[in-house]
Amino acid sequence: MSYIPGQPVTAVQRVEIHKLRQGENLILGFSIGGGIDQDPSQNPFSEDKTDKGIYVTRVSEGGPAEIAGLQIGDKIMQVNGWDMTMVTHDQARKRLTKRSEEVVRLLVTRQSLQKAVQQSMLS
Amino acid sequence: MESLRVTVDFLKVPLGLKKPVLKEVAVGPPKRPQPAALERYKARRSDAMDTESQYSGYSYKSGHSRSSRKHRDRRDRHRSKSRDGGRGDKSVTIQAPGEPLLDNESTRGDERDDNWGETTTVVTGTSEHSISHDDLTRIAKDMEDSVPLDCSRHLGVAAGATLALLSFLTPLAFLLLPPLLWREELEPCGTACEGLFISVAFKLLILLLGSWALFFRRPKASLPRVFVLRALLMVLVFLLVVSYWLFYGVRILDARERSYQGVVQFAVSLVDALLFVHYLAVVLLELRQLQPQFTLKVVRSTDGASRFYNVGHLSIQRVAVWILEKYYHDFPVYNPALLNLPKSVLAKKVSGFKVYSLGEENSTNNSTGQSRAVIAAAARRRDNSHNEYYYEEAEHERRVRKRRARLVVAVEEAFTHIKRLQEEEQKNPREVMDPREAAQAIFASMARAMQKYLRTTKQQPYHTMESILQHLEFCITHDMTPKAFLERYLAAGPTIQYHKERWLAKQWTLVSEEPVTNGLKDGIVFLLKRQDFSLVVSTKKVPFFKLSEEFVDPKSHKFVMRLQSETSV
Repeated sequence: MSYIPGQPVTAVQRVEIHKLRQGENLILGFSIGGGIDQDPSQNPFSEDKTDKGIYVTRVSEGGPAEIAGLQIGDKIMQVNGWDMTMVTHDQARKRLTKRSEEVVRLLVTRQSLQKAVQQSMLS
Repeated sequence: MESLRVTVDFLKVPLGLKKPVLKEVAVGPPKRPQPAALERYKARRSDAMDTESQYSGYSYKSGHSRSSRKHRDRRDRHRSKSRDGGRGDKSVTIQAPGEPLLDNESTRGDERDDNWGETTTVVTGTSEHSISHDDLTRIAKDMEDSVPLDCSRHLGVAAGATLALLSFLTPLAFLLLPPLLWREELEPCGTACEGLFISVAFKLLILLLGSWALFFRRPKASLPRVFVLRALLMVLVFLLVVSYWLFYGVRILDARERSYQGVVQFAVSLVDALLFVHYLAVVLLELRQLQPQFTLKVVRSTDGASRFYNVGHLSIQRVAVWILEKYYHDFPVYNPALLNLPKSVLAKKVSGFKVYSLGEENSTNNSTGQSRAVIAAAARRRDNSHNEYYYEEAEHERRVRKRRARLVVAVEEAFTHIKRLQEEEQKNPREVMDPREAAQAIFASMARAMQKYLRTTKQQPYHTMESILQHLEFCITHDMTPKAFLERYLAAGPTIQYHKERWLAKQWTLVSEEPVTNGLKDGIVFLLKRQDFSLVVSTKKVPFFKLSEEFVDPKSHKFVMRLQSETSV
């Protein structure tokens, strides 16, 4: 997302998702893709095809993620304070599906946000 | 092809006369000639050159050289190695008899003796006091022709041949003398002796064939100093034969040995020893230098053409000969016309500044101050000569390519005019041509384009019309295509491709700080000098390679697909 090395990403959004209990499992209602052990060139959502971050690939309708405002194509940068930019796919999955947490607070960024920030800076 | 023979004349220093610089003779003492062996190769320029005194110096040196050379050879024969007195620059001139000292083809048009105009008073063809250029070369020729200068070389060969003959005939003599001298007292010996006779015969035959293979060769070059290994071997053989004769004389002839079998075994042992010496000769002279130990970089001093070679353990003089052989077929021919920047570029370098001194006329260091000021000013001025050089180069390139295109087209077209006569065709005998006539027939159409191309690439001194015709005839005879015909002219070939006059093989001088019979070592630098240019040779040791092994199990080559998984949380 227009990543400049050394500069913090400023166009971010905080999303708070309350997990839904479905039988034994707590579900969040979205799918993730990416990770440092994955092939970044196949990521359809990333602007920079070497970005190995975690991206939201699908948001299920009516699920907790959609309600909270998570959109498809978002890059998840933090989960409850834990970094998600340099994790493997499995580590990311584990961080999101901890049984002990009912609420996860995500720090996400998306391209539309970036553009909006730029436009507001120019004007 | 004639081998490139270079003969040694140990001490002659070329006179170094350039264009005929004729001076009025200054009457004075003749110049003191330098001592014999440790002579530095003198710079050719000297402002106060005195032709008459140089002539006398030359004759003194040549006489001195001949006697000293023979003396040295006799001395060397008794020593296994020749050691020089001290270290220092040793330059050895390699020259041929019968050739003028001064190379008429050497191009030194750029060297000028700038001051000669100041010291001469009269410039004439020949005055009664001075000797003209032609006279000098004629005299040089006479002197060289009168005495065969390859005495030393033939002496060495003769010594080796007599030694070989002696050692070959010695076993036969050992076998034949007892029956001749005391036949009655000799015990008859039966089958054992006959077996030994056969073995002696075959071993001698093998020795003969081996010696023929190894030693009976035309020498490629004559080296300035004794070939140490060969001298060593000759001394060894000599000692061997002498000691055997000694034993034979004392133990067998004097004592009148009765047992003939013992004598025959003695002879067989000598033949065995000779065969082993032959083996030693093969190893020392041929095999030892094969494994590469050093890398040599050979750079031509005038235009920087360089090559790298790998060579084994050799002495410096043998390496020099080896390098010369490689030079003649690896390096592009030396073309002095290609050396300088075009005049148009350099001419503008002349500074346009004039320096006037205001006032003081007395100080002597004014001139240096002036020149320094001029140089500083010229340096500060914006120098555009690189620009001109670039454009000149581009223009020249374009011109060459255009002429080359014209030449190629002309030659292609010319070759289409003739074809080989098939046997079935019947043609009028008047129309049938041999290759020479065919070449002459098609030469006319390409001559102009060829001449213009050669002139542009400055190659025209190397190719006469006769040589082009001969080459054309050669190509036609062997059914070569126009491209094959042109290969010779489009790129500058190695020196050996051109006429023998261009080889100038007899003029190489080896200049080295180490004694030339020393073996090669890391870091040695020596020069092979000729009148126009020199080859600078530097040595480096081949690195020691530490090779380690890594075993790769063929089953360990495994691959996975790159992932792009999606997990729903």
